[in-house]
Amino acid sequence: MSTPQDSIARASAAAEALPVPAEPRFLGLPAGIWPRIFAPLAIGVLVLALWEFAVRWNGIPPYVLPGPLLVGQTLVADWATLSVSLWVTLRITFLALAAAVVVGVALAVLFSQSKWLEMALLPYAIVLQVTPVVAIAPLIIIWADDIDLSLLICAWIVAFFPILSNTILGLSAADHNLVNLFELYGASRWQTLRYLRLPAALPYFLAGLKVSGGLALIGAVVAEFVAGTGGNASGLAYRILEAGYQLKIPRVFAALAMISLSGVAIFLATSLISHLLLRRWHESAIRREN
Amino acid sequence: MTAVTLSGAGGTLPAGAAPLVALRGVSKRFGNGTLAVRDVDLDLAAGEFVSLLGPSGCGKSTLLRMIAGLGAPSAGTIAWPGRDEGAAGRGFDLGFVFQDPTLMPWANALANVMLPLTLKKVPRGEAEARAAEMLALVGLAGFERAYPRELSGGMKMRVSIARALVMKPRILLMDEPFAALDEITRHRLNNDLLELWAHERFTAVFVTHSVFESVYLSQRIVVMAARPGRVMADLPVDAPYPRNELFRTSGEYAHLCRIASGKLEEAIGS
Repeated sequence: MSTPQDSIARASAAAEALPVPAEPRFLGLPAGIWPRIFAPLAIGVLVLALWEFAVRWNGIPPYVLPGPLLVGQTLVADWATLSVSLWVTLRITFLALAAAVVVGVALAVLFSQSKWLEMALLPYAIVLQVTPVVAIAPLIIIWADDIDLSLLICAWIVAFFPILSNTILGLSAADHNLVNLFELYGASRWQTLRYLRLPAALPYFLAGLKVSGGLALIGAVVAEFVAGTGGNASGLAYRILEAGYQLKIPRVFAALAMISLSGVAIFLATSLISHLLLRRWHESAIRREN
Repeated sequence: MTAVTLSGAGGTLPAGAAPLVALRGVSKRFGNGTLAVRDVDLDLAAGEFVSLLGPSGCGKSTLLRMIAGLGAPSAGTIAWPGRDEGAAGRGFDLGFVFQDPTLMPWANALANVMLPLTLKKVPRGEAEARAAEMLALVGLAGFERAYPRELSGGMKMRVSIARALVMKPRILLMDEPFAALDEITRHRLNNDLLELWAHERFTAVFVTHSVFESVYLSQRIVVMAARPGRVMADLPVDAPYPRNELFRTSGEYAHLCRIASGKLEEAIGS
């Protein structure tokens, strides 16, 4: 077989002679990235400036609406208390997300192996998903008898469903011909799962993970609110409740800002994981050049 | 393996030799009631190159899949008298090439070709060496680490063929493998496929709806008709190998194409 080899070799040699258009870099990042960082940043600064201006111009008292500068000052001044609470909330969030990944993927794999199990159990997973967590949180707090555990259960209930449903979809989305091919070579169930179904499900699972990351935080905060009204919690939501009762509105805003920024950070982290895992092969991670 | 007769004996088997595959009265009815294949008798000799030619819906792909063991026939038998059932087992002895390259997008070319070996638990080092050798044989040396999305349509199909041949199967089943490729790529792959066939000496069953492709490639053309899918004619192609561009432009080729075309017209009209 000399012809195709030669022609391919020749073609690649000719292609290598062409200069590669190197993407210009700025401060270590590709230049194309910077607008994506600066555009939202500029909007943020503009809105904050307008907010500060409006508060000062109208003389709005800080217990109604503090300006962003005061919120920033409060954030620095109260950092000792707030950072402890932040850590409490984040710990619950990450534990809940980890539990959601483990249980969601395990259940999805189980369902992919047995349609009977899926038919029997999936409706209950949906019941868990559609029941508002605020409504069942008081019950869970009473039953679990341990505040951390009950918060964890609440956050997990909110976070696990996207991972479960996406992974179920992904496990059944493998190319039908590839499934045939595995059958042809007499692959075992385990081999089909390991070499075909799990890799095929990866993009779906990661999409679920991105959603669940944010939901785990929301679940943790909501559960803390419910627990906080009972007076036994120490997370950020409890700090918000406490500061609200004491009319320390700048502190409320500082805690809110911390929750939002945590959510953004979780989203960025899950997006990065997704990009790193898919960049070699999945369409969603490939930049087209035309 | 038995020697390949390059003269192209056509439909008849050498006297006394058992066919590799024997289909007797094979029919297939799908769950929705469609009769896809009706009463097909077909013998495939070891080492021969057979094309299944017919219009879409004539059941040629279904027939190929049944030979591969993907879906049992509703009636009739598919026997493998030319193969030691106990040792070979299904899958070991046949390669299958789909209409799409059907590669795993998350794995590079080498890992894709290694798949059959991995599934049969061949040690990794040996599997890598055999897969690399097969990739080189289909003209893709140097592309071991390339991912499917980085390859052209023709190159993906080459990877797919390498994967089908890496177990050194006795029979290679191809389901319209080049239908989606452009003509230049298709001609080149036709030539390379014939070279591989001469080199590896497998039995080739090639499903196509192109008269020209079937005449160029095969020793024997089985013409099928649709609704229900059945065998209409079994044409020998008595042209010597190696075949090349000279054959593609010869009067003999045109003559053979005219005969096959006539049979296909009959099959479509019936």
